[in-house]
Amino acid sequence: MATTADHFQAHSEDHGHHDHDHKPAFFARWFMSTNHKDIGTMYLIFAIIAGIVGGAISGMMRVELAHPGIQYLDTFARWFGAVNPDFNTTLHTWNVLITAHGLIMVFFMVMPAMIGGFGNWFVPLMIGAPDMAFPRMNNISFWLTVAGFFSLMCSAFVPGGTGNGAGTGWTVYAPLSTSGSPGPAVDFGIFSLHLAGAGSIMGAINFITTILNMRAPGMTLHKMPLFVWSMLVTAFLLLLSLPVLAAAITMLLTDRNFGTTFFDASGGGDPILYQHLFWFFGHPEVYIMILPGFGIISQIVSTFSKKPVFGYLGMAYAMVAIGVVGFIVWAHHMYATGLSVNTKMYFTAATMVIAVPTGIKIFSWIATMWGGSVTFKSPMVWALGFIFLFTVGGVTGVVLANGGVDDVMHDTYYVVAHFHYVLSLGAVTALFAGFYYWFPKMSGRMHSEFLAHVHFVIFFIGVNMIFFPMHFLGLQGMPRRYPDYAEAYEHWNHVATIGYMVMATSLVVWFINIIYAYTAGKKAEDNYWGEGATTLEWTLTSPPPYHQFETLPVIGDTVHH
Amino acid sequence: MTTAADLQPARKARNRKVGLMALSAALAMLGLGYASVPLYRMFCEATGFGGTTKRVDEAQAATVQDSGRTISIRFDANVERGMPWQFKPLQRTDTVSIGARDMALFWARNTSDKTVTGTASFNVEPEQAAPYFNKIQCFCFTEQVLKPGEEVRMPVLYYIDPAILDDPDNKDVQQITLSYTFHVTSTGDAKTLDRTQAGG
Repeated sequence: MATTADHFQAHSEDHGHHDHDHKPAFFARWFMSTNHKDIGTMYLIFAIIAGIVGGAISGMMRVELAHPGIQYLDTFARWFGAVNPDFNTTLHTWNVLITAHGLIMVFFMVMPAMIGGFGNWFVPLMIGAPDMAFPRMNNISFWLTVAGFFSLMCSAFVPGGTGNGAGTGWTVYAPLSTSGSPGPAVDFGIFSLHLAGAGSIMGAINFITTILNMRAPGMTLHKMPLFVWSMLVTAFLLLLSLPVLAAAITMLLTDRNFGTTFFDASGGGDPILYQHLFWFFGHPEVYIMILPGFGIISQIVSTFSKKPVFGYLGMAYAMVAIGVVGFIVWAHHMYATGLSVNTKMYFTAATMVIAVPTGIKIFSWIATMWGGSVTFKSPMVWALGFIFLFTVGGVTGVVLANGGVDDVMHDTYYVVAHFHYVLSLGAVTALFAGFYYWFPKMSGRMHSEFLAHVHFVIFFIGVNMIFFPMHFLGLQGMPRRYPDYAEAYEHWNHVATIGYMVMATSLVVWFINIIYAYTAGKKAEDNYWGEGATTLEWTLTSPPPYHQFETLPVIGDTVHH
Repeated sequence: MTTAADLQPARKARNRKVGLMALSAALAMLGLGYASVPLYRMFCEATGFGGTTKRVDEAQAATVQDSGRTISIRFDANVERGMPWQFKPLQRTDTVSIGARDMALFWARNTSDKTVTGTASFNVEPEQAAPYFNKIQCFCFTEQVLKPGEEVRMPVLYYIDPAILDDPDNKDVQQITLSYTFHVTSTGDAKTLDRTQAGG
């Protein structure tokens, strides 16, 4: 707080009101930033860059999977520094690709964009705070995340056992990640998770303190916009789950390098314990990725239906319920580890319970639109896409929640289809919805609504072409995490690869739209979406002043959520 | 009219307080992550989770009554990859009376020219039978040291708790497999460290 506050006071006393929007010089502004909007912008740019890397890796995987047999992996292995790779090294490269894709998309794309990007930008604006509670810690969070990303990139070019790079899967299961992967690559990967995790924990502390302490007068918890609620729940999930991951991967690190045997049966350890610890983090993590998306969608649906969200309190506490129950369902990722029937019964039932609060959210979004004056501006179209795609992913989730069914589906493409429908299609669609909703507010320039709609249509077709056929492949028994497959699976794999190209085309449209906005886009008004947009960020200019709410807004009883 | 600057000092102290509370929650979860290692072991030992057998002393064993019903026990023996030992059970299967104590013998030989110390980890299949598998004496309770070429016969003294007959989950269990895997603890003549017994 200190830095920002000092600015505040110094300027209001010395120079009077007109000068309060003065910004520091380039280096101080961007590299020593303590401004939540600048840090949010950096997170968004970082997430876009990481997303391009992670998306390019999925392109490498899709091109290899277009046809049966090994076509390109050998070339990719050379890119990572292998000289005349043998067959095993070539296959190891596949494991490196799937690992990097998962880790990048989870830790360096979705989380930075949702939490670091939109969270940093709009939580203080929506609650009427001048900045985050700990602006300097905010800066550390960001740069730790960047350092984590570089550590992960380094891992691809150093030995990881069978070949260069960490080929453990994003879950980093022991013993593959311990005795199975000698060489520094996995250590770099673990270090990367430590850095990103530390950054996220600090971010979580910051959000919790900001939301609990820095709300404007009259902004009670039950008047907070749902996006802020979603960030509060997300921050608590991060705070309680990430340290468990940190403990687990630190144990991996000491098992690898210092002779401990936490997960090594020869010394009395148990590799299954790692899976329990990982998924105790991993399951809340999937809600960490989607809850901010829920918040964004709530704001958008309300704005473009020109109505407050239906069942506001139900919506807020549905997210709390999802967060709480999310901590007690982790072993549904481990049905194939030999859990007893009773254990499976519990985890099946507990998992299905989550469908109830999730159903409340879907219902309330639809009820918000019902009878509303709905306009189909680009964020609304993306939000509708989100609701549809997330529901599809949720339905397959209920299928997979069954311990008995999962015995058949475990580690097939059905699982891949399920979690990409909720993440790649759900979370990413929510990100684009939020992007089009807030981009003019952040940049001060209007994007092209036409291009945004084109982007949506192509993206929607593309991602469904990639992932819908994976349901068929999984039901037919195609296993995950293999670069090759039986010829019978070729048709739908080929379709999915074409779908990838369609999806990639839509991203070109997106980039063109950004360039259009900055070169030819109209100047954005304060509240360019009109009467439905009632949260506090719409009372500010576009872009908002460098320091906002010098005079704190007072929230009366009439403010809609 | 309230300005942000007015609220500064009080807010700063409150921010620090809430921030520290959040930080201690994170540290507590970190501690819980580590505490899960002994907790998990205790959980496995208490419930037989993951095929963990029970360890009992003579006094407890003396209280058990022979039920007159029998069950088949299958014995399995392995060594970890690269361990220079031969290790096998001296009987593949044994039909035992539930509740009566029984002894199984295992045989091991060091095939290398170095002294090798090993510890055995153990497991029971099917898992739901594990809590009823009680060991009174086992070579897996301690380390085994074999000199070059040395052979050894190792006993396991055990009984199956008659309570298994009342457990619906074990209704269909007709054979229980007891499996051991030997791991190298140390090679050479160096004094070995006292290692804790394998858990789950």
